[in-house]
Order: sequence, then C-alpha cells, then structure tokens
Amino acid sequence: MNLDFTTIIDYIPFILGGIGTTLQFVSVSILIGLLLGTLLAICKIANNKILQGFAHGYTSIFRGTPLLLQLMLIHYAIPQLTGYNTPTYVSAILAFGLNSGAYVSEIIRAGILAVDPGQQEAALALGVPKRPMMIHIILPQAFKNILPALINEFITLTKESSLVSTIGYLDLMRRAQIVEANIYRSFEPLIFVGFIYWIMVFILSKIGRLIEWRLRQSDKG
Amino acid sequence: MIKVEQLTKKFGENLVLNNITTSIHKGEVVAIIGPSGSGKSTFLRCLNLLERPSSGKIWMNGTEITGQKVNIQGIRKNIGMVFQQFNLFPHMTALENVTYAPRIVKKLSPQEAEEKGRAVLARVGLSEKEMSYPAQLSGGQKQRVAIARALAMEPDIMLFDEPTSALDPEMVKEVLDVMKGLVDTGMTMVVVTHEMKFAEEVADRILFMDQGVIMEEGKPEEFFRNPQTNRARDFLSKVL
Ligand SMILES: Nc1ncnc2c1ncn2[C@@H]1O[C@H](COP(=O)(O)OP(=O)(O)OP(=O)(O)O)[C@@H](O)[C@H]1O
Ligand SMILES: [Mg+2]
Repeated sequence: MNLDFTTIIDYIPFILGGIGTTLQFVSVSILIGLLLGTLLAICKIANNKILQGFAHGYTSIFRGTPLLLQLMLIHYAIPQLTGYNTPTYVSAILAFGLNSGAYVSEIIRAGILAVDPGQQEAALALGVPKRPMMIHIILPQAFKNILPALINEFITLTKESSLVSTIGYLDLMRRAQIVEANIYRSFEPLIFVGFIYWIMVFILSKIGRLIEWRLRQSDKG
Repeated sequence: MIKVEQLTKKFGENLVLNNITTSIHKGEVVAIIGPSGSGKSTFLRCLNLLERPSSGKIWMNGTEITGQKVNIQGIRKNIGMVFQQFNLFPHMTALENVTYAPRIVKKLSPQEAEEKGRAVLARVGLSEKEMSYPAQLSGGQKQRVAIARALAMEPDIMLFDEPTSALDPEMVKEVLDVMKGLVDTGMTMVVVTHEMKFAEEVADRILFMDQGVIMEEGKPEEFFRNPQTNRARDFLSKVL
C-alpha cells in the first residue's frame, strides 16, 4: 500500500486557506438565498396569481435542473451573450444564491403553512388586519419551523460548494486538485479535504442541534 | 341584534347550512346543540365571517355584514370568539395575549391596553398569571385567558365554539363559571356546547341543529322536557 501523508504537509496551509474561501462564499450565497427566498415566499402566499406563478415557476426551474448546469450557464454561457466575462467569485455566488433562493422559499413557505391555522383564525376573529397578523403572530411562530431547515440548507450548500472548483474558484476542493497535480498523488489531498468538509458539516450540525434545542426550551415558556 | 336570513353554506357540493333563518336579541344567551357534523361550528363561523356564506344575509346591529363593501375587520372587532382549542398566541404572555388586539386594532396606548388587560384577567380570575406563557397554563386557565382576550375588545356579542370540549373534566367547571359570570353581566352570547346541563341552566333559547337546518328551537325547559321532533328526542336520549 502506497500511502504517505507527509507528502502533503507543505501544502496544508494552502488547503486550509480554502476553508475561509468556501465558508465565505457559502455565507454570502445563503444571504442572497435568504433575501430572494423571502421575496419568493411572499409571492407564493400572496393573493396574486401572477406573482404566484412567477415564484412557483422560478422554484420549479432552479430545483428541477442540476446546480452544476446552472453554474456552467452563468459562468460560461452568459458571457457569450453579454460579451462580459464574469469573475469566478461572482458566478459562484450568483449560481448558489439563485439556486438556494428557490430552496429557501420552499422552506419559508412550508414553515408558514405549518403554523396552526387556529392562530390565523384567532387573529382574524379579533379583527387584526392581515399585515400585523403576519408580522406579530404567524412569522414569529413560523421562524421556529424555518430556522432548523435553514441550517440544513446551509449544510447542503457547504457540501455542494465543491462544485465551484469546476469553474476554477479556489475553494477547498479546487485546492486539493491543485495539490494533486503538483505531487502526482490523489489519495492524500482528497482524504484531507474530505476530512475538513466532514468537520465543517459536523460543527454546523452541532450548532443546528443547539439552536433547535434552544427553540424547544423557549416553547416550554 | 343579529338577524340571519336564509343562510346557506356549501363546501363544494356539500350543503352544510341549508336555508337558516333566525335572530339573536341583545342580552340573549343562545345555546346551539346537535350531533357532530350538523353545521354548528360553520353557523357560528358565518356570524363573524370566518366562513363566507354561499347565500343568504346576516345583519348585525342593523348593518348587513354579508354585503360586498363591508369592513370585515370593523365587524369582527365587535364580535368575540372563543375556540375549542383556545388558539392562544403561544409566544406571548397571558397579558400580551389580552393586550395585543386592543393595541393593534383599537390603537390603545400600551398603558391603556395593560390597564384593560389586567382588568379582564382579573375578571376571569387569573391576575396572578399575567406573566405566564400559554404553555405554562392548564387547559382551564388557557381557556379563561382566551375568554379574557375576547373580552378585552369589549365586544357586543360573544361566540363560543365548544369551549369546554378540549378540557379535562375537572377543569370544565372553572370555565363554565366564568361564562355564567358573563351571562350575569347581560352579555349577548351564542354557545355551541355539549354541556346539556349548562345549556339548560343558562340559555334563554336552545337551537337544535341537524344536517344543516335548525330542526327545533325553544326555551330550554320546553326543549329538554318535551322535544318536538324525533331527531331531537333521539339526540337527547344519546347525550343525557
Ligand atoms: N373548511 C371546510 N371544508 C370542507 N368541509 C367542511 C369545512 N368545515 C366543515 N366542513 C364540513 O361541514 C360539515 C359541518 O361541519 P361543522 O364543523 O360545522 O359541524 P359541527 O356541528 O360543528 O360538528 P362538531 O360537533 O363535530 O364540531 C361537516 O360535514 C364538515 O365535514
Ligand atoms: Mg364544531
């Protein structure tokens, strides 16, 4: 068996540098996704067929096609139309942000629908108008359903983020590939970044559990 | 005070209320009884437009509320409703539950709303629970807060949909006692209930509903002693 982790020692700082790159771009993407997802969710529950149709169509397309394809389209196909090259960072954030917007909108919509309909009835019966009802009664309760699912989405994005290596963005995965090419060995750098991904996801999951636990505590009053 | 004329409600093909005509007078206490699925809740929910009637008209204090251009919120704020499942706002304390609508709908200042809120909580005997969240209250206490929440809006009429059906038996009395207290203040009340003793004791009139129609209505002593229809006799023999 030919296995020697000392071969990557010199490259460890270079690879670790990818943690920041990856997390940074995932964070920005999910912020965009959150903003966009909220707007789309509002469209979905609005009493307006056109907005609803747009939001459902958007979601259907972005959830129904491979993320890799979306990334490729944004990075390689759009420049062909516009004549401008998009920087890899922008393409990466755009693709992941637009994609996660679709997923986040479903998370928010489901979170709102999961609130007991009795809450809306009680508010309506008191004469509370729709807007304050949404803001004071429904959304605070929906938030408890939404937050854990959002953390899952963050975890998924962190793992999927390795796709951006295909357009040359210097994330964890891309750095492993560069090391691979330098030392003519695949196993050690790949295992090493795999380990880093796993640790990151492990920590994010723990944070998610903690938040869920806190939410359940506050439910008990 | 409320006049209902030829009220019909369909859910799809399902005819749930069939041509109901009745009226409820100021200060009157009306108990609605009848078998499950007979349309009692739907009737109640039509009165504050939580359900839109398929046809027919409803007047409240002389204003038709089933018209096209009515201000639904303006009507609902004068109609209190108490639900079987309480439907308290779980993220608000008892006091916040009872002050919320007066602040938002009646635009009371926080001080005014709290003053009123404390007064209604005292009325249902829960002054010491004002800082408790619903999850920290027993079923009976939750329902009393829900009654207080409706009262805080100073409604002209109170609707109750099986207010004690979700309660453990030992908590039914405290809620019924609060309701009796309301009756004594002259509140107009419509109560859907399975508590026959309560209905007999406090109601001025019984509406017996079956299959979407009012099969029988009358004074409780007459209705319970001498029901006129087979349906009512049948129903009473099962529940009494
Ligand atoms: N939102 C709805 N959509 C469709 N059907 C409904 C809806 N609400 C009620 N129904 C139907 O209307 C009928 C009457 O229901 P309703 O809840 O008014 O009966 P009820 O007399 O209150 O019964 P219970 O004693 O069980 O509460 C039932 O057949 C029910 O299935
Ligand atoms: Mg019912």
